[in-house]
Amino acid sequence: MNQQEGYADDIVKGFVIWSMVWGLVAVLVGVFISFQIAFPQLNFPPYLTYGRLRPIHTNAGIFGWGIGSFMAFFIYITQRLTRTSLWSPGLAKVQLWLFNVVIALAAVTLAMGMNRSKEYAELEWPVASLVVVLWVIFAVNIVMTIVKRREEQMYISLWYILATLVGVAVLYLVNNAAIPVSLTKSYSAYAGANDANVQWWYGHNAVAMVLTTPPLAIFYYFLPKATGVPIYSHRMGVVAFWSLIFMYLWTGAHHLLWTPVPDWVQTLAMGFSVMLIAPSWAAVFNGYFSMNGQWHQMRENYLVKFLIFGITFYGMQTLQGPSQAVRTFSAFIHYTDWVPGHVHMGTLGWVSLVLFAAIYYTVPRLYHTEVYSVPLANVHFWLVLTGQLIFSITMWIAGVQQAAMLNATNPDGSLHYSFIETMVELYPYWHMRALGGVIYLAGLLVFLYNIYQTIAGGKAQAAAQRA
Amino acid sequence: MIEKKPIIFLLLATLTILVGTVITMVLPFRWINDPKLAIASVKPYTPLQLEGRDIYIREGCNNCHTQTVRPLLSDTERYGEYSKSGEFVYDQPFLWGSRRNGPDLARIGGKYPDAWHVKHMKDPRSMVPRSNMPSYDFLNRPLDTSLSEKKMKALKFPYTPADIQALQGKSEMDAIIAYMQKVGNDIPWRKTGKAEVLGELKNPFQGNMSVLPEGQKLYAEHCAQCHGIELKGEVGPDLRDLDQPDAKVFTSVYGGIAAGGMPSFGDTLGKERTWKVVTYLKSVHRK
Repeated sequence: MNQQEGYADDIVKGFVIWSMVWGLVAVLVGVFISFQIAFPQLNFPPYLTYGRLRPIHTNAGIFGWGIGSFMAFFIYITQRLTRTSLWSPGLAKVQLWLFNVVIALAAVTLAMGMNRSKEYAELEWPVASLVVVLWVIFAVNIVMTIVKRREEQMYISLWYILATLVGVAVLYLVNNAAIPVSLTKSYSAYAGANDANVQWWYGHNAVAMVLTTPPLAIFYYFLPKATGVPIYSHRMGVVAFWSLIFMYLWTGAHHLLWTPVPDWVQTLAMGFSVMLIAPSWAAVFNGYFSMNGQWHQMRENYLVKFLIFGITFYGMQTLQGPSQAVRTFSAFIHYTDWVPGHVHMGTLGWVSLVLFAAIYYTVPRLYHTEVYSVPLANVHFWLVLTGQLIFSITMWIAGVQQAAMLNATNPDGSLHYSFIETMVELYPYWHMRALGGVIYLAGLLVFLYNIYQTIAGGKAQAAAQRA
Repeated sequence: MIEKKPIIFLLLATLTILVGTVITMVLPFRWINDPKLAIASVKPYTPLQLEGRDIYIREGCNNCHTQTVRPLLSDTERYGEYSKSGEFVYDQPFLWGSRRNGPDLARIGGKYPDAWHVKHMKDPRSMVPRSNMPSYDFLNRPLDTSLSEKKMKALKFPYTPADIQALQGKSEMDAIIAYMQKVGNDIPWRKTGKAEVLGELKNPFQGNMSVLPEGQKLYAEHCAQCHGIELKGEVGPDLRDLDQPDAKVFTSVYGGIAAGGMPSFGDTLGKERTWKVVTYLKSVHRK
């Protein structure tokens, strides 16, 4: 059916498959570095140390798995919501090639130590420039498709897609401004506290424009598709959309509480972070209320399970995040393992669960077949859920324990523990985290096998039909 | 309705995200790094220090070490004077980090002698048992100086041809240690912020043999890396037959000896445990 309507779906297949490849890389490297923290002998200098591998983990996860699959679903969703074929399938093919070249180059250059040190903006300027070209190609194609659409009204997913396209562009260009020294070395254009403030304006809004608005676009599209009932309130979605993209940009400095960045910037960030609970939870309620009379689908429809657990983790994430943005609580848990626990609830819980659902929904349709195994999809669900919960909960406990130890004082006012005395207490938690990562990896492998068999089955059926 | 006009929608969305951007990201440029807030003693990096900083960036040290001391007791007591924005005006990029898998390094400059760093980089666990830091022994290779001059020019840092010449024969290890000895050391906080010990310095454990095992254990954890497990000396001097009054030994351990490279352990040990170490030290003699 899709091909008959002229939708460019081969390119969607390409992005889905490659995003899964990079997702596997991200998790493999993630599991490996979690072992490195627990067992330092596993560092193999110079290329395979924690310091060089961690940016590969984050870049493969956020940009390879995240952006790769967002590109797939933006192309998929936009065509269907506009009832229009993609503006330029040829450009999209270039985009897929360039995407893979950029991610591969990122992995190689980061392992070689070519890195700008700014979190989630580590890539040196030649690779970063390719990212800009990639994004322009992508944005033009999506915007032009929307402009020539045949469906007059733009559904809410398209709003989030448009916001993502412009948001990422602004953030990336500003934070990557650099003074090049050679092809492999550059310095940030900003200095000291300015550089820090620009970086976390970027860093936190990468969370907004990469890890929030795209999954929301996907969630708003695929939840009604999976359940067969419309979203609860379009109006609530609209209000939430504008307040979300307005408020997010004020909050970057909550990563810089108690640092030499001006106090008023920190205070604004703190206030807006707390206010963000409202639009975030509007999306959560929209998801929950859409399930009115449909909750039985949690039992019967594995897609709904992924989506509703996903939006639930989003809800928890957007309560925990603002609490961490409050000065007093930040003073306690910032710089401890609490924060990686928080981050991984968002990435593994919210973003990845929604993406898994979207892939389970689209791949069988793209290949004109059924999913290979629903029981395997359920195994996948429980494994990734268990792995992620072990990871996050362990890290929260570890963070609170270390924070308490770091703050403990003797009667004479001196500190009770040296840094290393607090650190050695973390080893058991780090072992647990590595275990959680292995369980998550097992779940991911089940997922990849299930999708591989689905695609193979679809191709075999197509070949049989042609014969 | 704007839901039907994608280009207008795009423009409105852009304006919406620009409000917070301009107020919290663009406007602060007006105040941060204002020349009025400059600290005269904070100097740009020398070519060797800058190369060291680039190695710190290359190895991703900032993934485990922060470089900001917050104005909080648990930070200032542990690391030293809190960080000020004027200290970072030459930092492109900033290296404040976001996670302390290892300790904060904002005040690492001058804390340990160079020889301590060499040993620690080579084999971190020989100096800090149960540390999970990777070994950086491979930094004992010649420093690539081909871009050094271009780097200084790119950042507009002052240098002389002699500075560049002096890089010849240096290793990457020399560079990163030169960098670390500068970090946080441009303001004279060690002298001004030095812990003042009030009251009479009298060892509460004098002649108390029962504290010797704990004193020995503390010594092995905190002191043996430099003075040797048998107190024969290595990075630091031989400590057997210490011919000094208890109060003098206490001051050296608690507050450090800046000129000799001896770090202060008051933050780490507190008074009581420092006295136990002193009692142990005084009990050890050549056979």
